[in-house]
Amino acid sequence: MNTPMRVILIALLAVSMGACSKKVKEVSPPAVVATPTETVAPVVIDDGRYDASDLDSDACLRQRVVYFDFDKAEVKAEAQAVLACHGKYLKDLPGARMTLEGHADERGSREYNLGLGERRGNAVSGALQANGGTAAQITVNSYGEERPTCSESSEDCWAKNRRVEIVYTKAQ
Amino acid sequence: MHATLKRLLGLLSCCFFVAVASAQTLSIDIVNGSPSARPIAVVPMAYEGGGLPLDTDISAVISADLNRSGQFKALARDDIIEYPVRQSEVKFPTWRMLKQDHLVIGRVLDAGAGTVRIEFELHDVATQARLLGLAVGGRRSDLRGAAHQIADFIYEKITGVRGAFWTRMAYVTSTGLGKNTQYALMVADSDGYSPQVVVRSQEPLMSPAWSPDSKKLAYVSFERGSSTIYMQELTTGSRQILASFRGINGAPAFSPDGSKLALTLSQTGNPEIYLMDLANRQTTRLTKHFAIDTEPVWMPDGQTLVFTSDRAGKPQLYQVPVAGGEASRITFQGEYNARATIAGDGNKIAMAQGAGNVYRIAVLDRSRGGAEWTQLSPGSLDESPSFAPNGSMVLYAAREGKRGVLYAVSVDGRVRQRLVLADGDVREPAWSPFRQR
Repeated sequence: MNTPMRVILIALLAVSMGACSKKVKEVSPPAVVATPTETVAPVVIDDGRYDASDLDSDACLRQRVVYFDFDKAEVKAEAQAVLACHGKYLKDLPGARMTLEGHADERGSREYNLGLGERRGNAVSGALQANGGTAAQITVNSYGEERPTCSESSEDCWAKNRRVEIVYTKAQ
Repeated sequence: MHATLKRLLGLLSCCFFVAVASAQTLSIDIVNGSPSARPIAVVPMAYEGGGLPLDTDISAVISADLNRSGQFKALARDDIIEYPVRQSEVKFPTWRMLKQDHLVIGRVLDAGAGTVRIEFELHDVATQARLLGLAVGGRRSDLRGAAHQIADFIYEKITGVRGAFWTRMAYVTSTGLGKNTQYALMVADSDGYSPQVVVRSQEPLMSPAWSPDSKKLAYVSFERGSSTIYMQELTTGSRQILASFRGINGAPAFSPDGSKLALTLSQTGNPEIYLMDLANRQTTRLTKHFAIDTEPVWMPDGQTLVFTSDRAGKPQLYQVPVAGGEASRITFQGEYNARATIAGDGNKIAMAQGAGNVYRIAVLDRSRGGAEWTQLSPGSLDESPSFAPNGSMVLYAAREGKRGVLYAVSVDGRVRQRLVLADGDVREPAWSPFRQR
């Protein structure tokens, strides 16, 4: 960390401590504290690479479920950002391993849905590899329609069950 | 003190037994009936032995079997006004007045060592001819089995088709949701009675398939973490792993001669149909397509497989020669056709047919050269059809609310019966082949 940065951090720390102690006594304007924090904080912590602790703290990496349309295995646009960060994680931590659990909703036959769950898992695996992961880091395991998270026969419930769950088996 | 304790224990064990029984037995009710069913009176059978009274109402079991087939309408017990036990006691005008076509009477005799001998007669009311006079032996502990065999004799004598009441069914149950789900593979009599656990698991169980001698089941279990095909002996419980390749190991189906298993493997990256020689476990690949190919079933001659494939976009049924060759499509009606089951003569194929959000059981009849379709079930989420070995009925699974229930439907779609497990979800019924006497 360079010297000017350290100075800013210490200054920030002092301001925030001051804010805390002041709060006890009387009202203070909070806006003064908030503005500099927003501009500085990302620059400080982000070295551009993930580490294992990010799995629990990073807002993107904490998203572990990808949803699909009925009888489809195409990864939807809305899932691309999540798969990009998990792909990057696999790239940053080559020792990381994950299982992609493929699932289908209850409609249609069970063995066909086992195939459909695998197809969805493969689609997610492909997207992760396009974002820096390798095939050796990823195992696809289809459960078909056998492990629903929701047991009602409704569109809402079916949408929740058509999914691939990302399960890390080794963080780094 | 001792007596009180004994009574308390007796009470506890009685309640425990009742709870277990109600959690497992399938209850059955007829949803609709057929106006063309043949009227038949099955008179309660007299026990003429010297032991304890019988714990099974044999004539009630026979009546329920005949009703379930849709071919017969058994006279209600309250309408039976005479109780002949042998031919000399039968007054035919009574049964003519009650508009019955046929009459069944009989008696049960002790046969020693916990067994009985059931003598029964089938009479034609109009001609007063005795069509059958037979005796069936059985253990006192399996009087329902003996009753099913008698129902088979009656059914065959009158319809000309072999009865399939003395058969069994396998099915899968689940209770709970998500990671707390408990799965069980069960076997019960064809009417849902006498259920027995084949295997229990915390992980999903799927796709039970009978060996042609009905002594073994092949099924899919996830207990090792991913899908694995097991084969299990029903009497000993001993089992072995048949397939645990990378990817999907699914959809087992024994060949009619029992020497091979058709199955689905995705070890090459997507599901394909394979044949396994059960003597040496060697596998041969039968399909080669980037689509999902699965759910193989055998034609009765053992020369052709019918399977599900979405190579045309949506799942449809195809057939392929076991010796190898091109697959050809056989279903051209309905946007979604999957999970075939084939009747004994090979002419009728039942499947789950989907249109929009409605899935019904449909039958494709090719016996007259063309493609005639019949819908067997009302939907909306019906699946996993399984033909009786005589082709007269189909078992299938349906959703009611949050749970799965089983139905038995006559092959003309006229009579449906609901088989409900008291607790949990029932699915994937598989009707056994004929049992060997």
